[in-house]
Amino acid sequence: MDGIHDLGGKPGYGEVKAKPSEPVFKHRWEAKVFAMVNAAARAGAYQNTDQFRHAVERIDPEAYLQQGYYGRWLGGLETLLVEAGVLSTQEITAKAVSLGGRESDLIAARPQPKMPSVGGIPAAAVEASRPLFESGDRVRTHSQVPIGHTRLPQYARGKVGAIVERHDVWSYPDASAHGIQAPPQYLYTVAFESAELGFAENFSLYLDLFEPYLARAGSER
Amino acid sequence: MTDHNSPQGIRAEAIESLLIDKGLLSAEAVDAVITTYTERVGPMNGAKLVAKAWSDPAFKADLLADATKVVNGLGFEGGQVDKLIVKECGPMDHHVVVCTLCSCYPWAVLGLPPAWYKDPEYRSRIVKEPRKVLAEMGLELSSEVRIHVWDSSAEVRYLVLPLRPEGSEALSEGELQQLVSRDSMIGVTKLPSL
Repeated sequence: MDGIHDLGGKPGYGEVKAKPSEPVFKHRWEAKVFAMVNAAARAGAYQNTDQFRHAVERIDPEAYLQQGYYGRWLGGLETLLVEAGVLSTQEITAKAVSLGGRESDLIAARPQPKMPSVGGIPAAAVEASRPLFESGDRVRTHSQVPIGHTRLPQYARGKVGAIVERHDVWSYPDASAHGIQAPPQYLYTVAFESAELGFAENFSLYLDLFEPYLARAGSER
Repeated sequence: MTDHNSPQGIRAEAIESLLIDKGLLSAEAVDAVITTYTERVGPMNGAKLVAKAWSDPAFKADLLADATKVVNGLGFEGGQVDKLIVKECGPMDHHVVVCTLCSCYPWAVLGLPPAWYKDPEYRSRIVKEPRKVLAEMGLELSSEVRIHVWDSSAEVRYLVLPLRPEGSEALSEGELQQLVSRDSMIGVTKLPSL
């Protein structure tokens, strides 16, 4: 899913606003959100981190940019609680109004009645019995626009890089974010040169990419 | 820590109240989170690793070979280090870490990330113009230094092992720990000479 969360390389943002020191939680409600994200998992509102990440990606884009990290988490949390049927939007809003909130306040959560049953990469991953690539192999990332959750950023789509490290198999986010059972997939650290990514500065960039995102360079389907 | 009445603060309180009513959240859970991530989990744990790596070549070799094993052995709380990789800066190589898709960060060794790490400015620009962004943040790197940007796109987490400050040769491991800043372990600053 192309969304506001996929920020790498996007134009229009200014200087990093770093502060010399800041509290871990600026407001108490931020720590509440952190605690509730853990509690929602225990309550069965979601099964894995990929589902939570995808819920955050699906919140209102304006809220994503304006409400900060814990505002995004709050939107993701409410999305999952409502989708799982633990709470309803109406009862949350009624409670918020009783606590001094307004009906017109922007709600970050964007619960969907029915989630797409396909993940980021339509070609569902098959069992990975042995890794397809090894260090030094040149690979090209796929160029499909994902339908759902994926961990291949848009700026690295359809680009050629070199495998620098092969990791073990990991749960495949493109499937698990959608509650789909799929075999775990090999993960690789892939190095890209900045020129290949279309960036003017000269540097090396590394991404950790799942095998289904990759094809041998020069032999793409 | 304030508890101001922003719409988000009110909505969080509303959800908290409903979850407590349903028995899905304990009233103490928030304080437990605050205690854990303000007192026990933070960059002091990463600083221990860095200071020990500077002081003990065998430990450094272990850390660079398998940081996950080292961290598991030390029993740090906080999570987000199922797979940890340490990248060592050298005179001609500088490493810097980001997560462009969300805000992945090695909590057990660095604590919860600072706001700027999670903001769109850093996430959009550090993978496009790292030399410029680092210079804006106060780190001017010579044009001969190669920059390596690590975008944490899966469950691997990265920690930067910064260059040991010049003039710190006589310091003990405990003294060295005090020199290691969080930002040096993300890779957005270098430690100043003593």
